[in-house]
Amino acid sequence: MIGAGLSALLSHWRSKPLQLATLIVGLALATGLWTGVQAINSEARSSYDRAAAVLGQDTLARLQSASGGPIAPEHFVALRRAGWLVSPLVDGPLRLGRIRARVRGIDIFTLPREATPFEVSGETGFAAFTGDDELVLAHPDTAARLTGSELNLRAAPQVAPGDLVTDIATAWRLLDRQDFDSLLLAAEQPAGLVPLAVLAPELARIDPDPQGDIARLTDSFHLNLTAFGFLSFAVGLFIVHATIGLAFEQRRTMIRTLRALGLPNRAVVALLLTETLVLALVAGLFGVALGYGIAALLLPDVAATLQGLYGASVAGSLTLRPDWVLAGIAMAFGGALLAVCQGLWRIARMPLLAPAHPRAWAIASLKTQRWASLAGAVLLVLALATGWRGGGLVMGFATLGALLLGAALLLPALLIAALQFGGRTARSAMAEWVWADMRQQVPGLSLALMALMLALATTIGVSTMVNSFRATFTGWLDQRLASELYVTAQNESQAAELRAFLGERAQAVLPIRTAEIEIGGQPVFLYGIVDHPTYRENWPLLEGVDDVWDRLAAGEGVLVNEQFFRRGVYRLGDRLTLVPGWSDDIIGVYSDYGNPTGQAIVDHDRLVAAFPDTPRLRHAVRIAPQQATALSEALVNTFGLPPGNILNQAEVKQFSLGVFDRTFLVTGALNTLTLGVAGFAILANLLTLSAMRLSQVAPVWAVGTTRAGLAWLEMLRTLALASLTWLVALPVGLLLAWVLLTIVNVEAFGWRLPMFVFPADWFRLLALALLAAGLAAVIPVWRLARTRPASFLKVFVHER
Amino acid sequence: MLLALHDVRKSYFTEEGPVDVLKGVSLELDAGQRLALTGESGSGKSTLLHLVAGLDTPDTGEIIVGGHDITAMDDGHLAALRRTTIGLVFQQFNLIPSLTVEQNLAFHARLAGRLDADWNADLTERLGLSDCLSRYPEQLSGGQQQRVAIGRTLAARPALILADEPTGNLDEDTSDAVIALMLQLVADVDAGFILVTHSTRLAGLLDRRLHLSHGLLQ
Repeated sequence: MIGAGLSALLSHWRSKPLQLATLIVGLALATGLWTGVQAINSEARSSYDRAAAVLGQDTLARLQSASGGPIAPEHFVALRRAGWLVSPLVDGPLRLGRIRARVRGIDIFTLPREATPFEVSGETGFAAFTGDDELVLAHPDTAARLTGSELNLRAAPQVAPGDLVTDIATAWRLLDRQDFDSLLLAAEQPAGLVPLAVLAPELARIDPDPQGDIARLTDSFHLNLTAFGFLSFAVGLFIVHATIGLAFEQRRTMIRTLRALGLPNRAVVALLLTETLVLALVAGLFGVALGYGIAALLLPDVAATLQGLYGASVAGSLTLRPDWVLAGIAMAFGGALLAVCQGLWRIARMPLLAPAHPRAWAIASLKTQRWASLAGAVLLVLALATGWRGGGLVMGFATLGALLLGAALLLPALLIAALQFGGRTARSAMAEWVWADMRQQVPGLSLALMALMLALATTIGVSTMVNSFRATFTGWLDQRLASELYVTAQNESQAAELRAFLGERAQAVLPIRTAEIEIGGQPVFLYGIVDHPTYRENWPLLEGVDDVWDRLAAGEGVLVNEQFFRRGVYRLGDRLTLVPGWSDDIIGVYSDYGNPTGQAIVDHDRLVAAFPDTPRLRHAVRIAPQQATALSEALVNTFGLPPGNILNQAEVKQFSLGVFDRTFLVTGALNTLTLGVAGFAILANLLTLSAMRLSQVAPVWAVGTTRAGLAWLEMLRTLALASLTWLVALPVGLLLAWVLLTIVNVEAFGWRLPMFVFPADWFRLLALALLAAGLAAVIPVWRLARTRPASFLKVFVHER
Repeated sequence: MLLALHDVRKSYFTEEGPVDVLKGVSLELDAGQRLALTGESGSGKSTLLHLVAGLDTPDTGEIIVGGHDITAMDDGHLAALRRTTIGLVFQQFNLIPSLTVEQNLAFHARLAGRLDADWNADLTERLGLSDCLSRYPEQLSGGQQQRVAIGRTLAARPALILADEPTGNLDEDTSDAVIALMLQLVADVDAGFILVTHSTRLAGLLDRRLHLSHGLLQ
């Protein structure tokens, strides 16, 4: 009985291979995009975990100077002599050409076993590490990027991307230091030791941090990415829901027959459920493979984004991990079950003698539609309420979710209202029919149109955000990069000669001096600037005290960048301890887009007083713009400076914008993929509906319309529906952008941007939507145009 | 002469080989003449009607409608012929589900460019559809739907009306009422009329009667 029932149900798919393919492809696409995003997240998190686990930071406590400064080697010696099992660490940034890396110096002899990131044997043994070889271990990606450097590099997958692990002596040489940053405490210490508080009161114990700063910092970015993945999954799910719904509709008569022949209703439901799970497994496997491909393709861009926004190093290559593979297949099952539950519920409740009239199903769908519209309206009100209240990432995403889902659920009702209005303007019989027919098609196409609306709204929202960002960033660059040339000397003596040379030729030579400090555990670049109109007139201050520049010049305050200000939840007037013994009030905040780290500006002389050894190599040069090129050439000819040491304003801007554009490649790629999925949803719906369309258009053909004319009208209808969907997507997308800019981004990136609108982009997107819808309609329309009269005639002689 | 068929033949290809549906059919019909076409199932009645309507093309033979050989016409001209000259009434009604009764009634006439509001109102009244003009086809009974289909055809005042078992889905009483009304209205517009039917009783109500058997007229 079960076998016969299953065979009958499966025969549907045998007779409709295109529908089967649509279902599999739809679910595979949904799973693929979700899995791809999860694979990327998983790879990034693995990199963060490696970074957090570097040298046991995630499991072992450390000792750091309570004042935030370095630890003298004597402290280490004293603690070891007292019996404490401590191991010194040194940690600092290293620039090799254009590549930045982090040097981690360790003492292999005292390093606790759980903190050793590799097996100490063979090629990476004690001798290689501590001898003249100066072995440096790096992640394979980092090692590949540093090929050609003077370092004795060896690839070690256990090392976090961007890190260079080496012996402490080598680290000291590379960083030009002779002290430690921290002392790692072994988990088990001998009994009866003199307490640390007595032995080294100037050292503070830092507990292990299982998550790590980077993971915390990038949480919001990955949440964004996950939201995108989920959106793509939802868009794909519309295809699955539409296809499964149609398959159930078409098998309704068969199911009634099976039940009339004695197959219990429960058995029918169980068979349909089994069929769904088998299809979900197949689609899930395809989806996971697709997800792997997408992730491999996008990962380098994501890595660039994370580096650009947060300074986080993520491996650019992908590893197959069971967590996202299994999660992907589970999502396929979950998605399929979600898509099928409505149909199964109806089948389970369908009386044996339910009318075979399609209207019964249609009436049920109409009821669902009414409830969906009501739910949509409620969700939109909810979105307005949560958006109005604002604040917090969770609230931001709740607003986004309610807005998108509400608009999607309300879309069919809006389209029908618009088409009813359009129908009232019709003058000819054919126009009247076209409007009415379009209205009739809305329920059948609604899921695909919802998918298209979501894709369009997301594209409008995200592109508005990115373009607003870009416009602000460009304006900010124009302000911030006010100097015409940026010159870096190769050494101090050359710097002095340069200053003398430039003093005679330039309008002003502004020294740029930097020191790296930590404030509240955050790394901060401290800049010292001289008082000059260049800063007073151009520096992009977001807020500041009345006499901000005078106070800065008098050495009575500090300016901080927006990221540092927002992350620390500071207010103007708050006092910051820059280094022990030097505290200053925050007197101003400036925008600093695209910079992942904190930054602060003080008076030049005060910086030099606190950090007398900071190099004086970099200079900003003011000169008439038309003379900049000549001066640049003169500098090269006179001092033999390499091209990288002289940057003109235009080059810096171009480079910065290049970094910016690369940063948002991944969102662009996900947008395009989502739009592609929506296009496929329309194709799938049109193809599956095309057989049913025949009975709707045949009477119009019979009373005197050509097949070609009907086909053109079919295309026109699809394009009109896509245009109306775009019209609904436009305000939704703009609201989405507003939420992204005012709520989500502030939490995710630490800066707030003004919103700009780009109407030209909307119309480009309309063209793209019409192209996607038009392409999706090509096959069904071509089929209609080529339909043989005999097929139309069947409509008149058989009930369809 | 409104309609003339000369040696019309039509075959269909099936998995079992070609099936000759019409094996050389000739007939003539004058304007205002009413012809009943009877025959057993599969005898080719509907095929003959579809050929006359320009919905299908014969393998050989001539079909002259209003002096024009429609077998030589392209898709566009055939569509124009159906719009202006021919009216069709089907067993399955084939109303346009997305349009209201009122819109369905006026649809063909408006396509043909000869909507006569008075005639339409008269038809609506006589067909007993005045109370359901704003309804959609699915909200009507079978008898009501067929009356809408008849009204749609007659509203356009075509020269030739072809009805393919128009009462095949109706009970006998409703069927008689619908046919009586249709014949009256066809007479009012002075159209040529071909009615395909199984019923010899209904066929007896018309001016002429032809029987189609095994692809040949008797």
